[in-house]
Amino acid sequence: MRSFEYARAADPADAVARFRPGTMYLGGGTNLVDLMRLGVAEPEYLVDVSRLPLDRVEPDGEGLRVGAAVRNSDLGAHPLVRERYPMLARAVLSGASGQIRNMATVGGNLLQRTRCPYFQDVSKPCNKRLPGSGCPAIDGDHSNLAVLGHSTACVATHPSDMAVALAALDARVHVTGPGGDRVIPMPGLHRLPGDEPGRDTVLEPGELVTAVLLPAPPPGASRYRKVRERASFAFALVSIAAVLDVAGDGTVRECRIALGGVAHAPWRCERAEQALRGARAGEESFGRAADAELAQARPLPRNAHKVPLARNLIVRTLLELAP
Amino acid sequence: MEITLQVNGTRRTVEVDPRVSLLDLLRERLGLTGSKKGCDHGQCGACTVLIDGRRANACLALAVAQDGSDITTVEGLADGDRPHPLQAAFIEHDAFQCGYCTPGQLCSAAGMLAEGGPSAITDDLATDPALTAEEVRERMSGNLCRCGAYPNIVTAIVEVAR
Repeated sequence: MRSFEYARAADPADAVARFRPGTMYLGGGTNLVDLMRLGVAEPEYLVDVSRLPLDRVEPDGEGLRVGAAVRNSDLGAHPLVRERYPMLARAVLSGASGQIRNMATVGGNLLQRTRCPYFQDVSKPCNKRLPGSGCPAIDGDHSNLAVLGHSTACVATHPSDMAVALAALDARVHVTGPGGDRVIPMPGLHRLPGDEPGRDTVLEPGELVTAVLLPAPPPGASRYRKVRERASFAFALVSIAAVLDVAGDGTVRECRIALGGVAHAPWRCERAEQALRGARAGEESFGRAADAELAQARPLPRNAHKVPLARNLIVRTLLELAP
Repeated sequence: MEITLQVNGTRRTVEVDPRVSLLDLLRERLGLTGSKKGCDHGQCGACTVLIDGRRANACLALAVAQDGSDITTVEGLADGDRPHPLQAAFIEHDAFQCGYCTPGQLCSAAGMLAEGGPSAITDDLATDPALTAEEVRERMSGNLCRCGAYPNIVTAIVEVAR
């Protein structure tokens, strides 16, 4: 591990004031410390923001304000989250392990890097890690990589479960930085790779996530489901956060669908949602909606299984949510 | 950098390089070799300790970031000569073979029993479910045992949870 300077920030303004080129903010460290050990991340200056006074979950109007330093385990166990946003609680609880959830922060969960095997291996080229060096995943091991929204430069996926639920809940991410404060609506925090895969998010240098605001819970039934290679402590092959509100006459009043494990960002299924609004809730319309979304999928040779997996997950989850 | 930790009830002040993990500090500097280094990537759980009462992977924790924290390792679980109930149950149920993962299993189980709340497999998230074998398996998924002693590990933990 390359040597670095370490400082504990006193408050968000202090953290931002300390930022200079080569600085990284340290949350729980569950991803960053590992990447430093692997040589993937080489900060010169680590500003510890894990103990900032941003560790509270509190009501905010009709919604909830979640501080960026709230531990994942505290978010998943919070009574208001369990009661009002069970989809978010389930997403958080299905990520990582008990130990890692105790350490990992909400801000760090959002900003964790892809687990693409080539990104994590400094002996291999990777456009995300070393721009212009190439993407061995396209002709290599991409069985768990993207089927939607990827580019010829990068086929990485975003690994977070929590972010998928936040994307479906229209959460807003509050950040502060050298240019002041701003609010970024999910799923807009994460970007698609395009020809700049090194940038996972729209954050500018020095910007620090301070909170996530959840608007009032959407009406209807909700669910988070995760398909993975083993029953626990594994990243999603495909996951879904879905909300479905069906009117008394059996037609879909409102729905929200976001997929995880399929793209460089949590994938909000706007085409499927549009196809469903006003349609009669049922297997036929759910299948049509899934097909409308997945028509834009461009699977790679060894991850084509993710497309029917995503289709089946959408249809089965919506069937569970339908009255 | 100089940091001060409370380790198994004893105040320790040490000078550390920022690169040193809590695990390496415990093992190499403080002589507490109970916490084990398995993968050094947070995937196996052999390094699990309690930081301010909560289980964490000591390999992923930078020692400097723990300044002021209270650390409990497997060496600190017993009450003098009296084994912790989990240690007694592990012996009673033969919950190990080679023993390498055991310190992490014990610290993880101790932290887990104090956590409560639902898990990813709990049907009703509003409830604090009973710790069945299935719930224990889910909650202990951050601790691997390459000998495959899981059935007896689960039995031991479920017994203590009752």
